[in-house]
Amino acid sequence: MTRPTPETLAHSVRRARPATEPAGDPEHAPAPRPGATPAAPAVTSRGTDARTATERQPTPAQVSGAGSLVRSLEALGVDVVFGIPGGAILPAYDPLYDSTVRHILVRHEQGAGHAATGYAQATGKVGVCMATSGPGATNLVTPIADAYMDSVPLVAITGQVARPSIGTDAFQEADIQGITLPITKHNFLVQTAEEIPQVLAEAFHLAATGRPGPVLVDIPKDVLQAPTTFSWPPTLDLPGYRPTLHPHGKQIREAARLMSTARRPVLYVGGGVLKAGATDGLRKLAELTGIPVVTTLMALGAFPDSHRQHLGMPGMHGTVAAVYGLQKADLIVALGARFDDRVTGRLDSFAPDAAVVHADIDPAEIGKNRHADVPIVGDARHVIDELIAAVTAERSARPAADLGDWWTQLDDLRQRYPLGYEEPADGTLSPQYVIKRLGEIAGPDTVYVAGVGQHQMWASQFISYEKPYTWLNSGGLGTMGYAVPAAMGAKVGKPETTVWAVDGDGCFQMTNQELATCALEGIPIKVAVINNGNLGMVRQWQTLFYGERYSNTELGTHKHRIPDFVKLAEALGCVGLRCENAADVDKTIEAAMAINDAPVVIDFVVGKDAMVWPMVAAGTSNDEIMFARGVRPAFDEDEL
Amino acid sequence: MTMHTLSVLVENKPGVLARVSGLFSRRGFNIDSLAVGETENPDVSRITIVVNAESSPLEQVTKQLNKLVNVLKIVELDPQVSVARELLLVKVRADRNARGQVLETVALFRARVVDVAPDTLTIEATGTPDKLDALLRDLEPFGIKEMVQSGTVAIGRGSRSITAGPALRAA
Repeated sequence: MTRPTPETLAHSVRRARPATEPAGDPEHAPAPRPGATPAAPAVTSRGTDARTATERQPTPAQVSGAGSLVRSLEALGVDVVFGIPGGAILPAYDPLYDSTVRHILVRHEQGAGHAATGYAQATGKVGVCMATSGPGATNLVTPIADAYMDSVPLVAITGQVARPSIGTDAFQEADIQGITLPITKHNFLVQTAEEIPQVLAEAFHLAATGRPGPVLVDIPKDVLQAPTTFSWPPTLDLPGYRPTLHPHGKQIREAARLMSTARRPVLYVGGGVLKAGATDGLRKLAELTGIPVVTTLMALGAFPDSHRQHLGMPGMHGTVAAVYGLQKADLIVALGARFDDRVTGRLDSFAPDAAVVHADIDPAEIGKNRHADVPIVGDARHVIDELIAAVTAERSARPAADLGDWWTQLDDLRQRYPLGYEEPADGTLSPQYVIKRLGEIAGPDTVYVAGVGQHQMWASQFISYEKPYTWLNSGGLGTMGYAVPAAMGAKVGKPETTVWAVDGDGCFQMTNQELATCALEGIPIKVAVINNGNLGMVRQWQTLFYGERYSNTELGTHKHRIPDFVKLAEALGCVGLRCENAADVDKTIEAAMAINDAPVVIDFVVGKDAMVWPMVAAGTSNDEIMFARGVRPAFDEDEL
Repeated sequence: MTMHTLSVLVENKPGVLARVSGLFSRRGFNIDSLAVGETENPDVSRITIVVNAESSPLEQVTKQLNKLVNVLKIVELDPQVSVARELLLVKVRADRNARGQVLETVALFRARVVDVAPDTLTIEATGTPDKLDALLRDLEPFGIKEMVQSGTVAIGRGSRSITAGPALRAA
């Protein structure tokens, strides 16, 4: 076992250096006029740099476009940027060298994008990534699409070829603005150096407000090099952007009335509740009304898993109680959720008897998949606060419907069909056991970051999420390879918190290069590779729907031990551990928990036949939920 | 399926048309016609889109359009209380023998001849899509050599007008 010394040197050395020439591009910026005030950021990030003392700039400072970009990032309070330099973005890296903004040099632009996403999801702040033109920018496409699907506040800054070369198929030219049109909340191609501060301020505003999302800022190289002036703050000019934050009072009262009269209500909670910081309110509302709560994959942690009113996660691999609860409800109150196909199953048979109250900050989500009887447009925090007031008023006027029978049915289901798993018959290590123990040992304060597949579902099921922002994953896009870079970003955002990536052997091989970044930049994340030697979820579908014909799902990480994850981890400057049987699980996890000065990877060699249950097969009705292979829960239909 | 006419006020910036038209194709809508031009406010362009859709997915597209940052306002124009016009330029075979008849048709539809060649006439006509269809049907027998049509532009009747509203002025 090798234990490398983390080197955070690059950045700390740079920071220790006395600030000479302030942010600016010495090659291209004009020499400061005699008597000109040295350039300084208007609003510094939390840095302790010597230059922090310099306050707002009374006169505009002479800088290059690149200097203006870096100054803008500083003024916006950005503390970290994940990126890789290259030709077109190179001018920006010169002023960045002297900046209070920490740049973390990743190994692949996809890593930069997911790291920015992990940072944003863990901290609630805007994540920032940077890449050069052409391939640098196109490598950001996957994380941008991922952030778009999961509404993550992200700003991606890309270099572009110089303006005269745009459209000529120049070296490393790609129309990244056109490419990202359908996967960004908005994007900009900066036309002049003068507009850089305004565009950056607009990009951050768009990314962070309303329904959050990724915003791309593409800046041609000659714009980065052009001399300009920097002054802050700029004026935002977004006349077409007016997110509705406060819900309509009449709709709130109608929702409150339904919540008091319904006999089988369910609160269907989505990621919007976490984004709005509305988890305290949610708990109040739930406890005030006694209504059962389900939290989607994007909302795990928004309501404590251990809470008596929590039925679990709904959807394809949700709990029987959560799926049945929604299916048989007479009222669904959707809060920041979007009736995704993975939740509803076959849409035309989803919750046939339910009236729907649908609250979302994005009006386009309301009625998109399921008709809303009471549409509410607003920020989840305001919606929930106003619902609490309205429900309280409603209940003081007349008693609410009794939910006793409803809870009796749900409790009976919870008791008969709890989440569980069978120990593998072949004596191999059970992946569910590993994940369950990881959750129990690492505890509820740890941030868990999952890849995509079986391990993700087990991590959603067998780890108990008690606190908000402790579960990060790629929900909408289902991006394999999300976990390692996103965990890196989360750890940078919350350095005092333990961050565990729960990854699969397939996912891990897509982005593990960022462990080198973690090792060198002093970002000691921990990775549990749930190594079943296969693309497990795909294999599960082959088992169930393709007659056990295992076409191209075996990865050879068992049979040939290629790659050897322990050696790979060590090669990347991490500590590599392996665990192959149940007896060693606890002590291996504990060994990893004891290491805080280097990233750790545990290769958990687990059985390949474990499957994720319960399951609603794709395209079927939620009524067809299977508790285990060949086992359909017995719903007493007559009770209703 | 019914035709809907949407008036979309957008910021007059590069790339906005691509954002709007891209959204339609992405969400699986067929645009029947599209016309774009500046408005009384040079910072604002107006896109008139005629789309063939059921009302419920149309509502979804309208909401998605509203999410575009450069879109300022969307109004669906009721055909009963709005004026819709297209422009047609058509080159019709019209030798000595046929010319008189072609000119008669032109007069009947209050169209105009804008170019004359020995064997063709080029005719300009504006009107509702129905009127232009009828004109084309009448010209068809003479032989249509070439034609080009604009998208529909439409405006509401009465003194009320659609403007970008206070949002833009305040900005």
